[in-house]
Amino acid sequence: MQWTKKDLLGLENLTAEEITVILDTARAFAQIATRSIKKVPALRGKTVVNLFFEPSTRTRVSFEVAEKRLSADIVNVNIAASSVTKGETLLDTVKNLCSYRIDAIVVRHSCAGVPHYLAENIEPSVVNAGDGMHEHPTQALLDIYTLREKFGDLKGLKVAIVGDISHSRVARSNIWGLQKLGAHVTVVGPSTLIPREIERMGEGVEVSYDLPATLKKVDAVNMLRIQREREQQVQFPSLREYARYFGLSTKLIDQTPESLIVMHPGPINRGVELSGTVADGPRSVILQQVTNGLAVRMAVLFLVTGGTQIKEE
Amino acid sequence: MIIADKTKFAETLDALAGSLSELPLEDTILVGIQRRGVYIAQRLAALLEAKTGKKVSQGILDITFYRDDLSLVALRPVVHSTSIPDDINDKIVVLVDDVLFSGRTIRAALDALADNGRAKAVKLAVLVDRGWRELPIQADFVGLNAKTKYEEKVNVKMQELDGEDLVEVVEKK
Repeated sequence: MQWTKKDLLGLENLTAEEITVILDTARAFAQIATRSIKKVPALRGKTVVNLFFEPSTRTRVSFEVAEKRLSADIVNVNIAASSVTKGETLLDTVKNLCSYRIDAIVVRHSCAGVPHYLAENIEPSVVNAGDGMHEHPTQALLDIYTLREKFGDLKGLKVAIVGDISHSRVARSNIWGLQKLGAHVTVVGPSTLIPREIERMGEGVEVSYDLPATLKKVDAVNMLRIQREREQQVQFPSLREYARYFGLSTKLIDQTPESLIVMHPGPINRGVELSGTVADGPRSVILQQVTNGLAVRMAVLFLVTGGTQIKEE
Repeated sequence: MIIADKTKFAETLDALAGSLSELPLEDTILVGIQRRGVYIAQRLAALLEAKTGKKVSQGILDITFYRDDLSLVALRPVVHSTSIPDDINDKIVVLVDDVLFSGRTIRAALDALADNGRAKAVKLAVLVDRGWRELPIQADFVGLNAKTKYEEKVNVKMQELDGEDLVEVVEKK
């Protein structure tokens, strides 16, 4: 099957075949990072704009490196120094950028739906780098890619996602993507951080408040960052208490099978959701996730920019 | 129209392997171009080992990212893997493909190879040369020369992918 979309907005509306095309293409791109010349001319002469309204290190840098290794010309817009501060609207900002005949925009915004809104209104491809608490498709794709490299077929695979699920776009995109590929998801966290009715999401999500019990039953666990600022709010008594019940400590990991895979989208709060020893330990694939993220983003950019010409029918 | 049946196919590969055996095989890598070039390279390597007792290094190359028509084709072609196990510096790379036509695939393959190192020399071995070059590219080792019309298509079928060994020339639809 072939990829036919001009944008990547989320995983909710992708089919399993479409997700597989991205993963297969990513594998081809992963090989390039092992050469001494880590570049291909696939997007030569194309212009990609990175529009990050929220801070980011990992996603932002990896998109930038991906674009460069595809030989694209890139523009990083510094929102704080732009006319957005003078009150220019989102659509005006983006339409002005499109006047330079750019080929793609990679956008991260605190409002859900921004990438979808832009995709309907502009010609260049839109890639969602995170929209509010809604989706973060490239993160989920790289998580799924990492699992696929470890386990092969994901049908029947049991994955736990642990942490502040209610505020997590990473969790949501992962749930969509994993379910489409046949995996089973359990979310774990304090009840104050698990959204109501999540058990009805997609094919059905299991909810657990008992991390040690869940870890004995799953093949992989994805630990989400607990935002330190939430400690000031009422969702849990203290970071220390959170870490005690929902953190992945060395003591806890020792009670799990050695085959359990530990993932984290980063950045890690060492000692809170994940102990440093576990993060650096043999079950952890955290740095592989980051490497895989580059290949996945190259694949996404390659595929969506091919989709721009389809509408001319 | 079938221009090579199973027997002719095998004879052609055998003759190609014979010509390739003249190369210094310890310094040679056969790099098959996805997809059928890969199977042809594998068969040639097996024939060479049978003839000379020497094992020849093999690699596989997908040239999708180096195509010169990426801006023109609307849908992305399926990308297969690339794997060149040895360092190609100081080696003779023999690119292997099924059909040589416009030469653009080989031009892309040369660019891809250049991003993998600096080969001592690059040679080209093809099962069928059907003419109609659009670039100044030539094959060093040719299995079959086929005189074709531009509108025709040369199909190479292989046991590994298509269930039979066959070369046919057909009208393009």
